[in-house]
Amino acid sequence: MSAQSAGAVILPRRQPSRWIGLPLIGVIIAWMIYQVLTNHGFQWTVVWHYLFEPTILVGVGMTLALTVLVMAIGIICGGVLALVRFSPGPMLPLCARAYIWFFRGTPVLVQLVFWYNLASLFPQISFGIPFGGPKLFAISATAAISSFTAALLGLGLNEAAYMAEIVRAGLLSVDRGQSEASKALGYRPAQTFRVVILPQAMRAIVPPTGNQIIGMLKYTSLASVVGLGELMQSVENIYASNFQTIPLLIVAALWYLLLVGLLSIAQSFIERYYAFGTTAGEGAR
Amino acid sequence: MNADRPMVRIDDLWLSRGVNAILKGVSLTVARGSVTALLGPSGAGKSTLLRCVNALETYDRGLIHVDDLLIGCEKRGDQYFRLGERVLSRQRAEIGMVFQSFNLFPHMTVLENIIGAPIRVRGQGRAEAIAHARDLLRKVGLSEKEHAFPKQLSGGQQQRIAIARSLAMRPKLMLFDEPTSALDPHLVGEVLHVIRDLAKGGMTMMIVTHEVQFAREVADRVAVMVDGQIAECGPAAAVLSNPQDARVRAFLSRTLRPDA
Ligand SMILES: Nc1ncnc2c1ncn2[C@@H]1O[C@H](COP(=O)(O)OP(=O)(O)OP(=O)(O)O)[C@@H](O)[C@H]1O
Ligand SMILES: [Mg+2]
Repeated sequence: MSAQSAGAVILPRRQPSRWIGLPLIGVIIAWMIYQVLTNHGFQWTVVWHYLFEPTILVGVGMTLALTVLVMAIGIICGGVLALVRFSPGPMLPLCARAYIWFFRGTPVLVQLVFWYNLASLFPQISFGIPFGGPKLFAISATAAISSFTAALLGLGLNEAAYMAEIVRAGLLSVDRGQSEASKALGYRPAQTFRVVILPQAMRAIVPPTGNQIIGMLKYTSLASVVGLGELMQSVENIYASNFQTIPLLIVAALWYLLLVGLLSIAQSFIERYYAFGTTAGEGAR
Repeated sequence: MNADRPMVRIDDLWLSRGVNAILKGVSLTVARGSVTALLGPSGAGKSTLLRCVNALETYDRGLIHVDDLLIGCEKRGDQYFRLGERVLSRQRAEIGMVFQSFNLFPHMTVLENIIGAPIRVRGQGRAEAIAHARDLLRKVGLSEKEHAFPKQLSGGQQQRIAIARSLAMRPKLMLFDEPTSALDPHLVGEVLHVIRDLAKGGMTMMIVTHEVQFAREVADRVAVMVDGQIAECGPAAAVLSNPQDARVRAFLSRTLRPDA
């Protein structure tokens, strides 16, 4: 019936204004390509030579490993902190707030250097009865805190404070009626959290977490202050001796761009997974 | 079990939040297989009372029994103590509750919404739960929507699914908190129709509603709450046609003729 209605076919609206900027953008892009290809300062042959240099690849690997581990610490500890902030009783939430205040309130650079120099405060790390009791286990702090563990602790514990707030905001974004309905059906507290609250909170947690991961990929370069050989450190080591600063910075930038691009793609897949009932594929309204 | 025992027995219930006394000595019984409508002005404490019956709210004084089960607390010696959440969830599983704002789980399909609790809470097999869910979907007239997400349904359809979701737990008692207040007028009928069918099927229900006409038709008894107390309670026809309490008279005349 409706298929025969007067036969009018509605075409999409024409919007020529959307194309006004095209020539201008074209000129700008052409100029940039021209610069990149003709300006000898870029030294593309040097860039190409160092792009897959073993020390650079080791740096890329270290940057990736540090990002993954730091974010794992941040997400796990941050999640726990967020839950503790919602726990009943005055003591635990207060501790969580104090943690978040402290780690967000001090520069991460200071935290990194602090962990690295822990040995000067506590020469020995031991495990036992405090206040001079017997020790079950002791290790020298200089041996325990390598630059890698310092970077892991410094960046990870700092990240936990930020992730705690992201998770908390996500949990708060879920309507109260959801947990009420879940309780009324007889779901136990842990089931209510896992089955009803968390999947909905993820919608609000994933995008800022992606932001944090991408930011962390680059913040790992701070670990060069404690002498960790991540990507920036490897690049600096090379241009300190051959003075090819710009091409080597381009090498670093290209690697960061590649990694960020891959992470962004992963993020959009995760977001699609949590966009229940609202994506085009499932027939949005 | 004695069929004369009431399904719900509320004795002298008191509840306050901060300095506000919200329930001030509420007593009420609901007979097995009967429907009690709770009416009353906004802020009278109707929702709070219903939430107490489902152990969603902690009360200060008084006792609630549902089918001989003491709700929300336990007796140790001659004192009563609040129960822990895990025991409370076991009590809630026996009682269905339908909310004004539906509260379907938006990340699950209609079928998943319905079978979730029978499987996770009751430990029912998936096939059995699905069969029961399809049965209930047929009863509320939404068989073709089992794979839809809540967002793709109208308000009336969502509320019918919410009712089916509660019924999937085979509750002894159903609580409705203004089930049609969030609906467009033309969608109210389909939800009331489902509730009417439940009443015919002998389900014990407590319904908070503003639909006086519906209360008169479906409810066996009507309780009118005013300011944290039950001002009047009795057979629906008697209370609605010939109220004794002055506050109830005032409330009913306001509700029946809102512009007067
Ligand atoms: N957590 C709380 N803290 C303080 N006051 C509360 C709290 N919860 C409810 N109240 C108050 O308790 C009273 C009763 O609330 P309730 O929701 O039970 O009323 P109601 O009869 O359901 O009203 P309505 O018809 O508007 O739904 C209201 O005056 C409300 O402001
Ligand atoms: Mg209410």
